[in-house]
Amino acid sequence: MDSKGSACSNPNPNPTFGPSKLMLAFRFLRALSIVHRTTPASSPTCRGRRIERAAYASMAYSAGTSRAWSRAVLRRLHHRARRRAVAPRRLSTTAGNRAEALRRLVPGGAGMDYCTLLEETADYTKCLSMQVELMQGIVDSASSNGR
Amino acid sequence: MSSRRARSRQSTSSSRITDEQINDLVSKLQAVLPEAHIRGAERVSAAKVLQETCNYIRSLHREVDDLSERLTELLATTEASSAQAAIIRSLLM
Repeated sequence: MDSKGSACSNPNPNPTFGPSKLMLAFRFLRALSIVHRTTPASSPTCRGRRIERAAYASMAYSAGTSRAWSRAVLRRLHHRARRRAVAPRRLSTTAGNRAEALRRLVPGGAGMDYCTLLEETADYTKCLSMQVELMQGIVDSASSNGR
Repeated sequence: MSSRRARSRQSTSSSRITDEQINDLVSKLQAVLPEAHIRGAERVSAAKVLQETCNYIRSLHREVDDLSERLTELLATTEASSAQAAIIRSLLM
């Protein structure tokens, strides 16, 4: 029972969460509360970074280890790379070489053959958009309810 | 460290990848993109799909960045427990 990307065209502001989205939500919320408890309020930058890492981590954990991109994300997170792990700034868009740019955007993309790259990109993009949707929903709820 | 695990070995042998397989994968990728990005004809060139995908992923990365900052602010200003209760309530209903 996999809810494919039907959320993209869903006009409903509060889409019903299938089991996979619910797991994603709980993981992320749990990570958020841990960040909230363990990071001092005086260091918002640190907190922001940790929240961002929590976002990618819960995304990757939810996807499991069957995907190359999620394995790559978890590897990087565990090695605690200093530079931004998942969104590198330098992008090569040499004429026609779109695959190259894609390889730099998708975690683990560098070592993939073209077919795998396309598959992994589709899955990664879907999961990433779900994560963004989740975070947007949390921000909306917290903005309107939390005073 | 690039892992050379070709997990697609069972479906595609090392060099005999048909155009049809590529087109199939590209159209699956296109299906993931939001409709606003791909307009007009259903048949869009593979290069266009890849380009739009790159743009879309980049915008998603930026959104994660922005939303992380906003969540930081919200966590700082709101009562964590009531915010979480509100969130969980809205997610489950």
